[in-house]
Amino acid sequence: MASIRLERLTKRFGKVVAVNNLSLEVRDGEFIALLGPSGCGKTTTLLMIAGIYRPTEGKIYFDDVLVNDVAPKDRYVGLVFQSYALYPHMRVYDNIAFPLRLAKVPRKEIDRKVHEVAKLTKIEELLDRMPGQLSGGQQQRVALCRALVKEPEILLLDEPLSNLDARLRIETRAEIKRLQRELGITSILVTHDQVEALTMSERVAVMHQGVLQQYGPPDELYDRPRNLFVASFIGDPPMNLIPVEFKETNGKPSLVADGFVLPLGEAWGKVLGQMDQGKFTLGIRPEDVRLSTEKEENALLGEVFLTEPLGGGTLVHFRFGEISFRALASREIKVEVGDKLWIVPDQEKMHLFTSDGLSVREVGRQDAHQG
Amino acid sequence: MKPKRVWRRKRAIPIRIPPHIPFLLPFAFLVTLFFFVPVVLNILLAFTDMDFAMHWNFVGLKNYFRFFTDRIIPKVLLNTVIYVTATLAINVGLGLVLGILSTYYVPENVGLLFRAIWLLPRMTPPVVYALLWLWVLDPTEYGLLNMLIGQNVNWTMQHPLGVVIIVNGMVGASFGMIIFSAAIKSIPRDYIMAAQVDGASNWQIVRRIIIPLLRWPLMFVTSWQTLSLLTSYEYILLVTDGGPFYKSEVWSLYAYHTAFSHQLYGYGAAIAMVLVIVAIVVTMIMLKIFGFRRLMELAGGG
Repeated sequence: MASIRLERLTKRFGKVVAVNNLSLEVRDGEFIALLGPSGCGKTTTLLMIAGIYRPTEGKIYFDDVLVNDVAPKDRYVGLVFQSYALYPHMRVYDNIAFPLRLAKVPRKEIDRKVHEVAKLTKIEELLDRMPGQLSGGQQQRVALCRALVKEPEILLLDEPLSNLDARLRIETRAEIKRLQRELGITSILVTHDQVEALTMSERVAVMHQGVLQQYGPPDELYDRPRNLFVASFIGDPPMNLIPVEFKETNGKPSLVADGFVLPLGEAWGKVLGQMDQGKFTLGIRPEDVRLSTEKEENALLGEVFLTEPLGGGTLVHFRFGEISFRALASREIKVEVGDKLWIVPDQEKMHLFTSDGLSVREVGRQDAHQG
Repeated sequence: MKPKRVWRRKRAIPIRIPPHIPFLLPFAFLVTLFFFVPVVLNILLAFTDMDFAMHWNFVGLKNYFRFFTDRIIPKVLLNTVIYVTATLAINVGLGLVLGILSTYYVPENVGLLFRAIWLLPRMTPPVVYALLWLWVLDPTEYGLLNMLIGQNVNWTMQHPLGVVIIVNGMVGASFGMIIFSAAIKSIPRDYIMAAQVDGASNWQIVRRIIIPLLRWPLMFVTSWQTLSLLTSYEYILLVTDGGPFYKSEVWSLYAYHTAFSHQLYGYGAAIAMVLVIVAIVVTMIMLKIFGFRRLMELAGGG
């Protein structure tokens, strides 16, 4: 087991900057996720930690030891590839035994370890098969075995679930989490699937275009997104993001857009009044909205445009001019297309972003730091 | 109201020429003219004692009896075996080494340049390539090789078979090199990266991952090269002409000499016929050894 520290890590391929000035820390035994859309540099980061890519700039420490110049084979890292990368010409047994054979482990010892790890992931009966004869889920387990058999200090998982079907994915998610906890290996999961990242890991690093956007526990990313990207990327159904102007309307501080007027509570009115700009992006999660048939304060009236029953609730779509707005209604409320309802956002859980895409809460905090 | 729909059965279609046939015709004609007709002519010719007088005079199996009693034949057969085996080893072995070196060990653009240079002799006319070698091997002190070692060795006279093997091997290796480097590039990068993380050195990756995954191209290059070495003779003709005294005379060249130097067309055709049969048998054995059928089944199955 080991802790990992990345310091101002940069990787360029020619002119393309894949990873830009990334600093990140992983505690000993922690399970973190690198989350981002494809091409955001998360796999490149992983391969730099594994030692396959050399960083263009910056430093990688394992347990406070600089490992930039350490070869992959001496890093004690287990890596599971998205493609599984099982050697097609070797039996499952030989695939798993491969790292041990290279390390010149005695034959009996190899045999013991291979069976041990195969038992752990329940693939003992597959050891004599060829990789081509296995299903995706089985291949995934074999790949995990091959990574675990050498008892690595660090386990790196590159989109390990993306080639599995939906049900298997949920099972394997829990399985990997269980294994990680049992073995206590420091692990990094690379994924583009927010559900995977939020459910499996203790902390999530959101990346976009090679730059780290936010790093923190799942709740924090969800409740306090630092910027517009994190806000839009995390959450399903996604957050409503509406470009608005801060204006006094009908004697109350309000957020205004074409056909859309939302009166603000006192707290927000005060905060926004102190800002030196008037244009913001309003972010409201569909589940942070209450729908009401009665007129309420700090609410706006909308007409139901479309409903999507989700089983647990109903996703209700509204339209205000060009703006579409989604709200999650509980099962108790019957909603029909054409109904006029009052939309009451939970003002405490509302997010506002400046024109730079930074959360207003964040701006306040930075000001406090500087002052 | 909607019109009532009637579900009509398809009418029988009159017999027509399939549309692809006209497109095939021109090439089918060329294949017939340049491949099929010569084969038939050669088979017929082998049963005649045609010489410079060009008479179709059928003599039965006489040419074949002559083949098995010809005192030059054992020497030619031995030369052929040595030449094919040694050149094949260079073609496949060196081709593999070059393929791996130029794709795995050096940067992409350097490898590309290197392969392009090594491929040049394949693009030059054989006469030019052979002439270059004759300059290198010139027996006087002006020969490049003699200049380098500081002695006057008459290479083509003293080591004719060796010279022939090297000359063919150098140009032949480019074929394997191209096939192997293409095959190596199609190996997913993930396998290599996985092996690196698993602790394999470069050499271990080559030996335990890359070469086992080159099974099919290895088989293809080996059988293809065997066939082409058995039947081609132009470099030998140009460099040593089979000499001195049949020391570098191989089977196909002997057939050529018999037919076109000694103008014994019938006997030359018979020599070539036996060679064709031997080549077919050798190929079959090779495919058997490499498990060609199993490979095809694997490829078809998934």
